[in-house]
Amino acid sequence: MFKSRKRTSYSQPPERASLSYRIFRFLHLTLLGILRAGLPVKNYLQLNLSLLYWVLIAPFTGQFFEIAPVFRQMVSIGVRAAPMVALTAFSVGVTLAMQAAHSLQSLGAEMYIPDLVMVTLLRELGPVLIAVIVIGRSGSAVAAELGTMKVSEEIEALEVMAINPVQYLVVPRFLAMLVMLPTLTIFGNYIGIFGGWAVCRFALDFNTAGYVMRALESSDAWDLYSGMIKSAVFAWIIITIACNSGLNVEGGAEGVGQATTGSVVQALLAMLVMNAVLTGIFFFSA
Amino acid sequence: MSTNGEVIIEVTDLVHTFGDRAVLNDISFNVHRGETLVIMGGSGCGKSTLLRHLVGSMKPTSGSVKIFSEDITTMKEREIERVRLRFGMLFQSGALLASLTVGENVALPLSQHTDKSPDEIEQIVKQKLEMVGLTGFEDLKPAEISGGMKKRVGLARALALDPELLFSDEPTSGLDPIMTAVVDHLTLNLARGRGMTAVVVSHDMTSAFRIATRMIMLGHGNIVAQGTPDEIRASPNPEVQQFIKGEADGPIPLNLSQEEHKDHQLVRPRPFWAARFRFHHKHS
Repeated sequence: MFKSRKRTSYSQPPERASLSYRIFRFLHLTLLGILRAGLPVKNYLQLNLSLLYWVLIAPFTGQFFEIAPVFRQMVSIGVRAAPMVALTAFSVGVTLAMQAAHSLQSLGAEMYIPDLVMVTLLRELGPVLIAVIVIGRSGSAVAAELGTMKVSEEIEALEVMAINPVQYLVVPRFLAMLVMLPTLTIFGNYIGIFGGWAVCRFALDFNTAGYVMRALESSDAWDLYSGMIKSAVFAWIIITIACNSGLNVEGGAEGVGQATTGSVVQALLAMLVMNAVLTGIFFFSA
Repeated sequence: MSTNGEVIIEVTDLVHTFGDRAVLNDISFNVHRGETLVIMGGSGCGKSTLLRHLVGSMKPTSGSVKIFSEDITTMKEREIERVRLRFGMLFQSGALLASLTVGENVALPLSQHTDKSPDEIEQIVKQKLEMVGLTGFEDLKPAEISGGMKKRVGLARALALDPELLFSDEPTSGLDPIMTAVVDHLTLNLARGRGMTAVVVSHDMTSAFRIATRMIMLGHGNIVAQGTPDEIRASPNPEVQQFIKGEADGPIPLNLSQEEHKDHQLVRPRPFWAARFRFHHKHS
C-alpha cells in the first residue's frame, strides 16, 4: 500500500502521486462532492420550513403578513400571465379536438370528442401545461428578481434592518402563486374547452348545445378537483424552487443567469415527476 | 473622552479564516458611547469583513463581538434582530431595494418596525431626506438617481429609526467634495448633538480625520495602529504614514512577488490525512 516507502532515494520527486494517495483523494473528493450536493437540498428544506412558519405559525404570534404585497404579486405572477395561458390553452383545446376527431371518426365515434377534450384538459393537460407556462414566465422572473437582489446586497440590507427576507419577499410570492396557479388553470380549462368547441362547431357536425351537454355529462367534479390538487402542489414546487434558487445566488450577474436557468430546469423536472406521482396516487386510489 | 462612557461595541480576539488565510487575525477593540471610530486600511485588508462581523451577518471562526453588551456571535437570528433594531447601517453601494421608490425605501424600517401612521412616516421620510440634501426625490426609483445619491438615500434609511449606533461602509466614496462635507457634518452633528456612536469604514483620509474621535488602521488582518487622529498623524509607523499621506512607495508593497501572491491567494486546505504522504504534482 505504501509504495513510496520502498523508494531508496527521495532526491527526485516521484513522477505520479502514489496509488494510496490517489485512492484517498478520490474518496475524499467524492465525500466532499456528496456533501456539496446535499447543501442545496438542506437550503431548500430550510426555506420550506421557514415558509411554513411564517405562513402558518407566525400569524398567531401577532406577526401577520401584509396583504397588499400578496395582491401585487398576484398581478405580476398571475394576471400578467393570463394572455399566454389563454393562447396556450386555446391551441391545446383545438389540437386535442382535431386529433380526437381524426382517430374517433374512423370508429364512427365523433360524439365522444367533447368527452376526450374535457377529461384530458381537466385532469392532465390543463394543470401541466399551465404550470409549464408559469414556470417559464413567472418562476424564472422570481428567481431572477431575488437573485439580482441577492447580488446587489439588498437581501443582506433587509437582514441588517431586522426584516426577515422569507417573511418580506418569499411569503407574498408563495401565497400569490398558491392562489393564482389554480385560478389560471381553471381559466385555461375554460379556454381549452372553448377551443375544442370551435373545432366541433365549425369543422364537424356538432351544435353548441350538443357539445356542452356531452362535455358536462362526460366529466364529474372529481376530474376538476384532481386537476386543482395537482395545480396547488405544482404552485408550491414552482415558487419554492424559484425563491430558493434566487436567494442562494452567488457570483454576480453570471450567477443570476445560472440560477434562473437552473430554477426553470429543476422546477420542470420536479413538476413532471410530481405529476406522475399524483396521477399514480389518483389512479390507484380511485 | 474616549475612555469614559459605556462600552457599546466590544470585539475580543476576533478571528476569521477563509481556507488557510486569516482575513481577520486576532482583532480586539472597544467602542464607547458617543465615539466616532474610523476603520481604515488598504483594499482587501478585511475592513468590510470586520464590519460584516459587527452587524452579525458573518460569523467568526473564533472570538466574540458584543454589541450593547450582548454577544451577537452566539445568538440566534431572531435574537440578533432585536439588537439590529437599535443600529442602522449604510452599505457601500447603498443597497436600496430597486422595486421601491426612494421614499418607500426610507420608510421601510418605519413601516416594518413601528406603529406610526402613514402621515407620520411621510413626515419623517421628508425630514430624513432633507438631512442628506435630497428634498423632493421621494417618488424616483433608485435606478433613476446617481450612485452618490443612492448612497445618501441609504444613509437616510439607516437613520430612519434614529439609531444609537451607525455603521457606515465608505460613506463618502463616490461623492463630490461638497456632498462629502455634508455627509461628514451630518455624522458629526448626530454624534455630538444626539450622542450617536458611529463606526465608519473609510479610506478617504480628509473625511476620516474630519469626523474621527478615534481611528484604527487594519493591515493583513491585524490592527496596525490605533489612537486619536492626532496620535495617528504623529505615528512613527511607516505603514501608517504611507497610508495617510497616500504615497505609492513605502512599506506597503505595491507589487507582490509571485511567492507573496501565492501566500495571499485562497488556498484550499489539504485534507488532514494528506500530511502523511509525499506528494508532488508533475508540473510543480
